[in-house]
Amino acid sequence: MLAKRIIPCLDMMNGRVVKGIGFKELRDAGDPVELASHYYEQGADEIVFLDITASHEKRDILIDVVEKTSDSIFIPFTVGGGIRSTKDIRKILCSGADKVAVNTAAVKDPSLIERSARIFGSQCITSSIDVKRVYVSDESETPEKVVLGTPQGRCCWTVYIYGGRKRVEMDAVKWAEKVVELGAGEIVVSSLDFDGTKQGYDIIFLRELSKRVSVPIISSSGAGTPEHILEALTVGKADAALAASIFHYGTYTVKEIKEYLAKHGVPVRL
Amino acid sequence: MVKIAVIDYGLGNLRSIKRGLEEVKSEVFVTHKKEDITGADAIVLPGVGAFEEAAENIRPISKVILGQIQEGKALLGICLGLQLLFTISTEGGVHKGLNVLKGKVVKLPLNVKIPQIGWNTLKIVKPDSPLFKGISDGSYVYFVHSFYPEVENKDEIISKTYYGTEFPSAVSKDRTFATQFHPEKSGETGLQMLKNFVEYVKS
Repeated sequence: MLAKRIIPCLDMMNGRVVKGIGFKELRDAGDPVELASHYYEQGADEIVFLDITASHEKRDILIDVVEKTSDSIFIPFTVGGGIRSTKDIRKILCSGADKVAVNTAAVKDPSLIERSARIFGSQCITSSIDVKRVYVSDESETPEKVVLGTPQGRCCWTVYIYGGRKRVEMDAVKWAEKVVELGAGEIVVSSLDFDGTKQGYDIIFLRELSKRVSVPIISSSGAGTPEHILEALTVGKADAALAASIFHYGTYTVKEIKEYLAKHGVPVRL
Repeated sequence: MVKIAVIDYGLGNLRSIKRGLEEVKSEVFVTHKKEDITGADAIVLPGVGAFEEAAENIRPISKVILGQIQEGKALLGICLGLQLLFTISTEGGVHKGLNVLKGKVVKLPLNVKIPQIGWNTLKIVKPDSPLFKGISDGSYVYFVHSFYPEVENKDEIISKTYYGTEFPSAVSKDRTFATQFHPEKSGETGLQMLKNFVEYVKS
């Protein structure tokens, strides 16, 4: 049967992998091609590269990394971060990536998803959505929003763009349904409430999405322990889990996470 | 070294399959030219995307490919490449394939998420198939597809996989092999299968 996927995510800046210390400082964590190969050998199911380079002039470095990585690993890999046009997408796919993740550009122009899915195929287009909870006291004030109960109170979810810096008044659940209608083949969800906290993923949101959309959902950001990943893949009904810190800091290996999941009855590729 | 022509008909991540075949020591030409195809020792038909467009794009060289298969040239079809080998597909209407293998390509059932994206297991029906040398039953391989073939001649099915329904995940007839999954994206298991294909071509 179809296994749940464990996907290490590598944040890249100017062609180097970086890891955050506290929420501000970024430290060099090594060569992306070497790290991707390392995770491949450890049994990762896919790899994601997130380019957080501020300047778009340095994109050639990214293309070079994509080419070298596709020559070194034989599992699918996705590239995201600053993708703005079908031209960007074509360049990245032709350099050897299997999928691209689009976030801000799709919110600003949803037709990007529709056009890209048509040209490259839905299976190449992953919609990346950053969400944050907005707690509501009076639901009559938010009739068009999807409001659910959580242990912390009733809330809806709103969308953020530009790497979590800008809030958009858009219901995240409805946006997720929309991107699937437009042709996105997968959705990656990052919860700003949980990101970097190591408190786990936003299970309530994941589960709601799973009920409403018919494409695979990848949960991202928040994992601190194997239990969090287990919860996302079972209670949260996610199809895959993206993780960065727990792998980069060497807290757990991909193999250890998968063995833990297998022990708890989750189908994984070992 | 074995010379392999990977057919470029405008669809698919050709870089990955080229790299995978080179990794297992073959000389690869990505091409749509008749002389490259007839001059190669074997053919690989890749493909990712929609059936209708693929069938349309491959039309100019379909006679060459069919002729080569008839002359006994080994061929490996991958994903959409597998589907193209069949009689018809129901993706986006009814469209004709190359009819090398008899059968109809249909959509995965509605009780599962579509497309199937990820690693799933092989139930190897024909362990003696050259493609499966050294591959254990239950091995994981990578799928990304919404359609699968309903094979008329069950004897041509060499492995099955379960996703909503049990479907043929690899088929074989004479010197033609085809996989619904992507061996070039299936880690060491996939590389072993590519190696098996290259060894088969050599023999």
